[in-house]
Amino acid sequence: MTRDEVSKGSDDMMIDEYEQKQGNVVPDGFNSHYLKVYYGKLFPYADIFKWMSYGNDGKHPACDQSYFSRREFSFTLDNEVYLRFQSFNSMSELENSVKEKCPVKIDIGPVYSVDPSKRHAYAQSGDNVFTPVERELIFDIDMSDYDDVRYCCSGADVCLECWPLMTIAIKVIDTSLRDDFGFSHILWVYSGRRGVHCWVCDGKARRLTNEQRAAIADYFRVYKGNENSHKKVSFTGLALHPFLARSYTEVLMDFFERKLLLSQEIFSTEERYEKILDMIPDPDQSITSELRGKWQEKRRTANSKDDINVLRWEQLKNVLQSGKHKVQGLRRCVEEIVFSFTYPRLDMEVSKHMNHLLKAPFCVHPKTGRVCVPIDPNRCEEFDPTAVPTLSNLLEQLNIGGLRAEVDNDWDRTSLGKSIRFFRSSFLQPLLKSCKEEMESSYSAKLQQSKNSFSW
Amino acid sequence: MEPFRSQRKLIVNDVVSTLPLYRSAPALEVRLEEFELFALDRLRVLKGISDALSRGRKPEEMEKLAIDLWKTNMRHPQASEVINKDIISHFVLRLVYCRTEDLRKWFLSMETALFRYRFKQEKQEAQRALMAEFDLPYKAVSSSEFESVKEKLVLVSRSLGQSSPTADEIFFKVPFEEVPELVAGRRVFISKGHAYIAMSQVVSLVATQFRSHLSKALILTNRKWTTTIAEQEKDRLTPIVEALSSSYLGPDYSQPKEFALISLKDIDDVAKSSFPLCMRHLFEKLREDHHLKHGGRMQLGLFLKGVGLKLDDALAFWKAEFSRKVGAERFDKEYSYGIRHNYGREGKRTDYTPYSCQKIISSTPGVGDHHGCPYRNFNEENLRAALNKMGVTGRAVGDVMDKVRNRHYQLACTLTFEAVHGSSCDAGINHPNQYFSDSQKIMQSKNQSAA
Repeated sequence: MTRDEVSKGSDDMMIDEYEQKQGNVVPDGFNSHYLKVYYGKLFPYADIFKWMSYGNDGKHPACDQSYFSRREFSFTLDNEVYLRFQSFNSMSELENSVKEKCPVKIDIGPVYSVDPSKRHAYAQSGDNVFTPVERELIFDIDMSDYDDVRYCCSGADVCLECWPLMTIAIKVIDTSLRDDFGFSHILWVYSGRRGVHCWVCDGKARRLTNEQRAAIADYFRVYKGNENSHKKVSFTGLALHPFLARSYTEVLMDFFERKLLLSQEIFSTEERYEKILDMIPDPDQSITSELRGKWQEKRRTANSKDDINVLRWEQLKNVLQSGKHKVQGLRRCVEEIVFSFTYPRLDMEVSKHMNHLLKAPFCVHPKTGRVCVPIDPNRCEEFDPTAVPTLSNLLEQLNIGGLRAEVDNDWDRTSLGKSIRFFRSSFLQPLLKSCKEEMESSYSAKLQQSKNSFSW
Repeated sequence: MEPFRSQRKLIVNDVVSTLPLYRSAPALEVRLEEFELFALDRLRVLKGISDALSRGRKPEEMEKLAIDLWKTNMRHPQASEVINKDIISHFVLRLVYCRTEDLRKWFLSMETALFRYRFKQEKQEAQRALMAEFDLPYKAVSSSEFESVKEKLVLVSRSLGQSSPTADEIFFKVPFEEVPELVAGRRVFISKGHAYIAMSQVVSLVATQFRSHLSKALILTNRKWTTTIAEQEKDRLTPIVEALSSSYLGPDYSQPKEFALISLKDIDDVAKSSFPLCMRHLFEKLREDHHLKHGGRMQLGLFLKGVGLKLDDALAFWKAEFSRKVGAERFDKEYSYGIRHNYGREGKRTDYTPYSCQKIISSTPGVGDHHGCPYRNFNEENLRAALNKMGVTGRAVGDVMDKVRNRHYQLACTLTFEAVHGSSCDAGINHPNQYFSDSQKIMQSKNQSAA
């Protein structure tokens, strides 16, 4: 299909909708026809290009002109065909290829030592000439990993009752990346369906080795997935590590007691509270039977205005923290329960290896039609995954806007505009500024060095 | 050659360390015999560490074990020669283990582990001297800075179940990237990209440096080896180096054990019950295709010899299969020689030794080959199918795959052994013939208790 046909297509659509007298309703969902319009008018190529160039697209003598072209992109096409190792020399090459192929998903990989599309030419020479040299530090958090601690949905579904789990993850990880690890150029993105992605883009982060990436991922790992053990979080020390202690007091406890306890009704049924009683180390069963006894008496004794979940949680805390029981391992049990129900669960493999691919921001999720928009970590509590721009409502907005005066950018007339402006002002501009500074200081250091070596 | 920096005793504030950093190759004259003997002694130490690690020994045990190994193997009658033996053996093994990715990886891990244990044995002053030797520019944290983060440092110590740090304890502030293992274990306080490490944790910092230097050096050595040394030394060092890399220091399986004699009629049953996957695969392929390429004939043929198949039986066994494909006449002409050769009846008349796991794992089978280590060479799907066929199912398969993913092929084989036999194998699998004899032992004791 050519571009003309595409725009004609959208004109037709506009007319149809007028006939329906429904204003500009574009049917929900996702199809490659809509996607063509999206890639034709809305996808922010220039911003992605600027970002992925990290300042190397300028005129400065220290610019590495090959930088962008050594980045791997990979496209998933409509017919499940997967094109890996795509690379582009310029923004327009990227733009033309995306428009032509209309991928349902664009993934971004690492920057390689050589142009990935020419990798076969280097394969013969041995010695691993084709190897990843830079890659953002990335995190992938997926709601389906929380299925044992959410009762509202499961699998790929998310709702506003369980979404706070993602909010917690953003808060905990973002704070640690900045305060502990000293990173500052961090982009959070909604994955389009059931989770969030994080891109840490500081030069230092991009140059981490696999071993160092794994170390950071392990630093964040608390939850140990093993279906054979009841307790998935276990603290044995006399205190929590400062990072865990801070996460607990500043984020986890608050979200657990204020939100999840109620929204997930964590203590509401026998099956649910038994799961928590299972987490209490209690060799002679005295604690668990005491609590079970209280809870089996139904709501009779409960004051009707108190929520049963809150009540039972308070009872559990009282019993565990009373100091009456001298059981080994009881000390950290309240913390372990809260961590189990709230602490972020990362997909470790994604973070550990430089060559892992991650979906590009501003892609459209093929199942939900939602755009993968950035999330402001400072206001992540306000983020609503069900209210992000979708392919169909962006097309509606385009259709309305089409009747108005011309604007510079098509996206400015849609709800995507806000996301792109946020991407630029809070992420891209500060990033490019520091790239430029880094480039200049390393260049002048190099000049100084070569000057020194001549100064005899 | 460059002046030998590490050879001099390191003296800072009158502290003497005997732990060399192996920065550059020694300008020493070495007798060829010592060249090989020193290397073999060091290899025994590294191999011992490797075996103990793969058996999952605890860190506390490892340190003592490694130091004992070192003391036993790296002695020298002349005290002044001890450090030379240390340095020479290290550089010889560098040549031996620089040549493939897997060899480098193994050598790097074992040398780093060894360095770590030896570093911990040093006194604090010597440790600081070694830090200086590495040009690590980190200064101890000042007492005012210590006070400002003391609360956090106390939390970290308590979270690890250690006593709280005191004001006179030395801490260093280093970029977190330099101490990945301490970061991974949350064993340090990290703030704004810097990790605060205690003197007792410096070993981690130094070992990371040691590892990264050695890693780069091995790549360079490999380049030098392939471009110049191998050719220049083809009559002198090259054969020694090549022999060393495949040398196996465990028990000798070339002579079958007393109970092990097997006869042709039992061979199918025995293959099912007691062959490790690598041999089972070859055996089945031979039955299926009536042919195996050279690498497969060697690997399986020598294994069968170790298992106790006598030469006449071996000839009959191979002939029965091969003649169905190539005819009896061609077998007699082309293939029987090789079998007699393996049994030391032709050519050099050496009684060849069955291959060890290390040799099998490092072999590189090509198209149409079936030898090598299946845990290393099979893709996940094929490996799962092969394991199921051996009767390994459920969780055990997942455990095996886990080891495979981490490249612990021998551990994967050990877990398979345990799943198949329903009993533990504490020594781990190091040799296909060991797998076989351990398996037979279990089968016999089961038969006896059943009878």
